[in-house]
Amino acid sequence: MFGAQAVAHTATFVPPTIDEFYPADILFAGTPFALNRILLIRVISIALLLLLVWLGVRRMRVVPTRWQGVVEFSYDFVRKNVVDQPLGERQGRRFAPLLMAMFFSIIIMNLTEVVPPFLMPSTSLIGVPLVLGIISWATFIYVGIKDDGGWRFFVHELFPKGVPWPLYILIAPVELISTFVFRPLTLALRLTMNMFVGHLLLALCFGATSFFLFEMPMLWKSLGVGMLAFGLIFTLFELLEIVLQAYIFTLLTANYIAMSLGDAN
Amino acid sequence: MDTSILAATVGNMVTLNYGLAAIGSGAGIGVVVGKTIESIARQPEMAGRLQGLMWIGIAFCEQFALIGIAIPFIFPAS
Repeated sequence: MFGAQAVAHTATFVPPTIDEFYPADILFAGTPFALNRILLIRVISIALLLLLVWLGVRRMRVVPTRWQGVVEFSYDFVRKNVVDQPLGERQGRRFAPLLMAMFFSIIIMNLTEVVPPFLMPSTSLIGVPLVLGIISWATFIYVGIKDDGGWRFFVHELFPKGVPWPLYILIAPVELISTFVFRPLTLALRLTMNMFVGHLLLALCFGATSFFLFEMPMLWKSLGVGMLAFGLIFTLFELLEIVLQAYIFTLLTANYIAMSLGDAN
Repeated sequence: MDTSILAATVGNMVTLNYGLAAIGSGAGIGVVVGKTIESIARQPEMAGRLQGLMWIGIAFCEQFALIGIAIPFIFPAS
């Protein structure tokens, strides 16, 4: 790769493979609770989130201390933009606990992608995104059935208003699949794939950096510097991606809930 | 020698995927950003809200390019 055989030096570049995401078990190996590196990172990041929030709300003051201010500001910002905007104030208060928990757990599990001791997003395995997707799916169906009446909810979802009736033969099956099958799947896959690829891109960039700098002769080292710059730029891009994916996941869930509520709110 | 084969290519088709996926994502992101710029030029006071929507649109489009990057890793050339 990279024309390495063109020079006399016989170093070969080993690109990262999918095995990156299946490291060996570290803790409790052999039991159903076996933890490998990524799952351990997942547990640690959630503990970290709980700790950070607890530090913020431990002693609430009217004039907030610095960390309380940070927690309150981020809560307020997300609440306003992600929850209240699609759902409205009244319903927003009802679904805020679920959606805020979703947002902050996704963002902290994504953030381990660029934070040095971890450098691996634990959302890059399908497990957590799939569970969150199923939670979102169950929530919008539950809300629809509860607030719209069981039968009417499915009728509203499958037979949208304002369509000439012969078209329902085509629309109903499409709506059935896209609403009740693809919604949770696309939510989960979008998050997983973005984090998966983000990690692979960073691994490629920094892997190539170390390859060019330490294993190739003189002139190639300049390419290593270029790859390092690429890696740093991609790190910034991934930071954007991390926030964006958490935002989109939560916003879509909120939108699905708002659609299930229909004209009830 | 078998003369019925005039030309043959050897390799892994999945390496083409990124190129194909990037076409769609590129066109999609282009449309999203272009329309946002157009809208901001028409109504500069809406810039903040439009930018938020633009990022969502970009995230929807670019995921296909990202999946295109992931495919060769998931199905490596054997």
